[in-house]
Amino acid sequence: MIDRPFLSAPGAGIGRSGRVALWVRARGLSVLPVLTVVAALLALWYLACIPMNAAQSVTDAARADIAVTPDSARDRRSMSGLALALANPGVAARSAFTQARPRLPAPHQVARELWATTALVSPTSNRSLIHHAWVTLSATLLGFVIGTGLGIVLATGIVHSRVMDLSVMPWAIVSQTVPIIAIAPMIIVVLYSIGIEGILPKAVISAYLSFFPAVVGMVKGLRSPDRMQLDLLRTYAASGAATFLKLRLPASLPYLFASLKIGIAASLVGAIVGELPTGAVAGLGARLLAGSYYGQTVQIWAALVAAAILAALAVGAIGVIERITLSRLGLRL
Amino acid sequence: MSDPVVRADALDLTFRTGDGPVQALKDVSLDIGRGEFVGFIGPSGCGKTTFLRCVAGLETPTGGTLTVNGMTPDEARRARAYGYVFQAAGLYPWRTIGGNVRLPLEIMGFSRAERARRVRETLALVELDGFEKKYPWQLSGGMQQRASIARALSFDADLLLMDEPFGALDEIVRDRLNEELLGLWDRTGKTMLFVTHSIPEAVYLSTRIVVMSPRPGRITDVIDSPLPRDRPLDIRDTPEFIRIAHRVREGLRAGMDAA
Repeated sequence: MIDRPFLSAPGAGIGRSGRVALWVRARGLSVLPVLTVVAALLALWYLACIPMNAAQSVTDAARADIAVTPDSARDRRSMSGLALALANPGVAARSAFTQARPRLPAPHQVARELWATTALVSPTSNRSLIHHAWVTLSATLLGFVIGTGLGIVLATGIVHSRVMDLSVMPWAIVSQTVPIIAIAPMIIVVLYSIGIEGILPKAVISAYLSFFPAVVGMVKGLRSPDRMQLDLLRTYAASGAATFLKLRLPASLPYLFASLKIGIAASLVGAIVGELPTGAVAGLGARLLAGSYYGQTVQIWAALVAAAILAALAVGAIGVIERITLSRLGLRL
Repeated sequence: MSDPVVRADALDLTFRTGDGPVQALKDVSLDIGRGEFVGFIGPSGCGKTTFLRCVAGLETPTGGTLTVNGMTPDEARRARAYGYVFQAAGLYPWRTIGGNVRLPLEIMGFSRAERARRVRETLALVELDGFEKKYPWQLSGGMQQRASIARALSFDADLLLMDEPFGALDEIVRDRLNEELLGLWDRTGKTMLFVTHSIPEAVYLSTRIVVMSPRPGRITDVIDSPLPRDRPLDIRDTPEFIRIAHRVREGLRAGMDAA
């Protein structure tokens, strides 16, 4: 339909492609396939634990005077986990899921750790993942707000000024080719040297990652009205501000929400990365770092899963806001 | 006749394109008086839409003079002298029908009460009362186009420029909207410039038919319609109507042969 140019905006489907179709399918039909896929992934994870943890399993068994092949420890060291597991299937399978510091923790070990560090400890405790998640989330949200705000401002400038289009856009693109892991320590050091520490340096790194999708999405969105739409406003002798507020901005919203979903996930990555080089004492990044210092693989995986859950919740929250906003705007197709 | 609403004198417009200059309008001279219904007809590329856009101040002629209400088209545009209806309805999907009709009123700074009154009145004028709170996607194509006409009428400019507004609609809907448009013109007394590529539509609606031809875009014939102002749809079966349609067709053919 030529007269509805904005409805099929890219990103309108991100996170929930085809609302109507999803609605129909969600009524019972899709639960089984989804559960099947989840079960298959978990089975694969358990299966992978056996060869991954085989070296430890076989060594433990040898120490307990259980016969293993090959007999000599030196021969075993040169073998891959898969070969060891195949040579000692019983031993490898029996203790693959119960080790204290497994190379790959089993799902239930991660789940138990998650439960122990969320439900069984006070949320203010240093051991609580909720506490660490909140530390990371607060920096994520602050950085996300700064980054998105900056992105929208830059996009507005780019759409209205050819000079900005030519000067800012290349830098924005270049900024994203620099590995964040390389630039994060520099940001922290520079900000520390001028007396800024705490949540703000992490938020700056989050903002650094999240402004880009906002710029790209908003530039595309603000430019989405076609020539006819713009001509219509010219026939009203509408000012630039009116054109922006009444046409460009509402037309860009579906694009903005697609960007926000990418941006919030990037923000979370930024905040976690920002916690790594500082030796931060709190936050999911700090948990990852501490876990890797002390070989606490279960703790690392628990922090990873917590970060994934956090990202899913954040993206889901934006999806809810998107649905409410767009449906209040009447964009419900 | 009082001063013409639109006066074009030896109008030229050449577009610079990648393939060299394209002459969209050549030596177009035309006066349009108050209350006329002027139909522009011709094959694509004959400059009929370009002429309308020049009147609207959306294109700038490269030669000749053009005045709208005695002003330059750009001044007329700033004075909001005309309403423009595009080929596609182009309603904002995030606004209700009422909200779309209200759009120009908001931009032009009408008071809240005045806006509400005008939205109600213009929607009634295009027989869309009761649809104020509906969204565009809830309406058929014909109703959407009527809403876009209401949007062009809402701020009550004396001049209405219509660029193939019914081109995308099926013939049955188009017939009805043509009939309604004539009624609307009769009630409001506005000056209408109507671009079409349908011969029956041009003959049925117009008090004057301007036949144009392409390469370069120019006027080949101007026909004053002898049809009465009151035109039921079956006037299209009268010999008079068929005679005018024939003359339009001849004009179009002559223009094509000359090109």
